Amino acid sequence: MATKFNIDGLKATIEGKEILKGINLEIKGGEIHAIMGPNGTGKSTLASALMGHPKYEVTDGNVTLDGEDVLEMAVDERARAGLFLAMQYPSEIAGVTNSDFLRSAINARREEGSEISLIKFIRQMEGKMKELEMNPEFAHRYLNEGFSGGEKKRNEILQMLLLDPKIVILDEIDSGLDIDALKIVANGVNTMRSEERGFLIITHYQRLLNYIKPDFVHVMMQGRIVKSGGPELAERLENEGYDWVKEELGIVDETVGQEA
Amino acid sequence: MTTQTILPIDRETLAALSQSNNEPAWLSTLRLEALELAGQLELPVVEKQKISRWNLDAYGSYKSSPAIQSLSELPESLQSLVNLEESSNILVQRNSSAVFQKLSAELAAKGVIFTDLNTAIQQHGELVQKYLFTAVKKDENRLAALHAALWNGGVFVYVPKNVDVELPLQAIMLSDDATATFAPHVLIIAESNSRLTYVDNYLSTDGVGLDQAVHNGVVEVFVKPGANVRFASVQHLNATNVTYRRAVVENDGRIEWIIGEMHNGNAVSETMSVLQGNGSSSDMKVICAGTNEQKLSITTKAVHFGKSSDSQMFTRAVMRDAASAIINGITKIEKGSTKANGEQTEKVLMLSPKARGDANPILLIDEDDVTAGHAASVGQVNPEQVYYLMSRGIPKSVAERLIIHGFLAPVISEIPLENVQEQLRSLMERKLGQ
Ligand SMILES: Nc1ncnc2c1ncn2[C@@H]1O[C@H](COP(=O)(O)OP(=O)(O)OP(=O)(O)O)[C@@H](O)[C@H]1O
Ligand SMILES: [Mg+2]
Repeated sequence: MATKFNIDGLKATIEGKEILKGINLEIKGGEIHAIMGPNGTGKSTLASALMGHPKYEVTDGNVTLDGEDVLEMAVDERARAGLFLAMQYPSEIAGVTNSDFLRSAINARREEGSEISLIKFIRQMEGKMKELEMNPEFAHRYLNEGFSGGEKKRNEILQMLLLDPKIVILDEIDSGLDIDALKIVANGVNTMRSEERGFLIITHYQRLLNYIKPDFVHVMMQGRIVKSGGPELAERLENEGYDWVKEELGIVDETVGQEA
Repeated sequence: MTTQTILPIDRETLAALSQSNNEPAWLSTLRLEALELAGQLELPVVEKQKISRWNLDAYGSYKSSPAIQSLSELPESLQSLVNLEESSNILVQRNSSAVFQKLSAELAAKGVIFTDLNTAIQQHGELVQKYLFTAVKKDENRLAALHAALWNGGVFVYVPKNVDVELPLQAIMLSDDATATFAPHVLIIAESNSRLTYVDNYLSTDGVGLDQAVHNGVVEVFVKPGANVRFASVQHLNATNVTYRRAVVENDGRIEWIIGEMHNGNAVSETMSVLQGNGSSSDMKVICAGTNEQKLSITTKAVHFGKSSDSQMFTRAVMRDAASAIINGITKIEKGSTKANGEQTEKVLMLSPKARGDANPILLIDEDDVTAGHAASVGQVNPEQVYYLMSRGIPKSVAERLIIHGFLAPVISEIPLENVQEQLRSLMERKLGQ
């Protein structure tokens, strides 16, 4: 069955403040959607609410993955159902090695008693690290601790490659990456493109979209998707900024909490 | 309020015991003096824990255990801790006396001594007498005095000048009889430019009454100029625990302490380095885990006398249920200890709302030309970290376990013997796995 991810009228609050004001979006397997939008308009909030971050409260709407109710699931269940979020600010966890973490994540998807063998795991991990041109020492480093911004992003992609998700959300995966790393990361994403997998890519820059060609581009303002189009929309935003969108829609302040 | 201190043994019995163990006159005298002091001295001052209410009287009586021919005669839980290879060096104490010991011929030929303290007193009396109770003194408080009066079994390590002991010396201290006094004394002397690693385990079985017993132990380490001593200890006893560990470090000497206080009973422990010499250094890593109603007072302390001396302290405590821990870190820099540096961190992780933790970093500095720093924190498992791990599919309980393990990992990975590391991991698992 082809993957289908449905967001319908999603509203979410943080500490009582409404940030998402009704998001509608459908992502099918094989599609790449990009979300752009000025700072503070709710892009990361959307990603966090979909993943189930405990700080965000969903107040309205539905989210389904292949017909299953995502909002009913705990965070770990969402992940095992096939949702993956590469975070804008990944956590640092001292004392837990990257490889122990990755192995736990893989084994969480397997039945007790059929855990991945250590040798097979190491082979897989090292293979993917090589694709991402990561120094093998990162397997033994503590999870994200002291990683540079770009190293953290690369480590998020490593996890994506190893966990084989159905829906991938990348929140500013390009921030902090140098040009070479951007190409490597984009290449990692492109190798994952398939009919079974959908992508939601949050970015500020057209540059990433040169490497990962989106099928749809959405603009977010004031906690809503205010405009959608094809790749040409991203190009126009890159060239002209957001003013024309605001003008078109009569928006003065695009951040959340300001009503149109 | 003064109450008549009830001593666990009377003078005559102690004198007779000393005699029956063939102890020299100086030692009998020391024991009897200490017993008298125990009757006069107060309990040590332990901040924020009322140890006067703890069960600190049930010492039992001296019971020598018969020697064993092979380690297979020991309880199974112990056997995984030791591997008897040609080259291994092992000593086992059971209750009040040593039951097994083995030192490789190679080390013996180099003049290394590794035996129980009773035997050392018979064979190297003068050497022992010169050091015994000079770092931890018998008149410090009632508990130290009681230890000096009652100590038994124990370990004596002597490493001659320039000798490098490559493999760790391992001691196992087993308490499986609640009616037996269990008070090992560990005495280590590392002569100039020598090097040694020592690892011990304190364990008790689930035998009747052991949770009512007392373990009162002392460790004294003498690090001579340029010598390097790594001292690791994992303790997991059901008894109430009192442990004083102290190292005196001379010029350019170095002591490393790696301590796991994984008891089931209440515990007071103080681990201290006296940095006597110029260029001397100390590194302390301590972890502890508390469960149920356990009360812990864990102190690390460095006292700087030497110029350019350096001390590092790193304590991690995980508290569950209604356990409470007072974690003290004391860096004392004396006048004249110029260019000294002392740094410490204490962190407490609380796993349940009733758990209590207190981290007290204390810097006492009497010299201007020094650097010192401290950091302390008390908190819960970080929900942001749990979320991150869960977002990769890891169930909450596993995520929390990974984080807790990670919190303690920097100390566990420093334990010199692989199987002792493993043991510490499984102890942690047993104590902290929900
Ligand atoms: N705890 C909070 N209390 C109040 N407002 C919050 C809280 N956390 C986030 N917000 C607000 O929610 C809004 C949306 O934040 P979000 O991180 O989703 O923006 P974004 O579109 O991802 O921005 P950027 O492009 O800078 O990453 C912001 O205005 C932010 O200040
Ligand atoms: Mg964001």
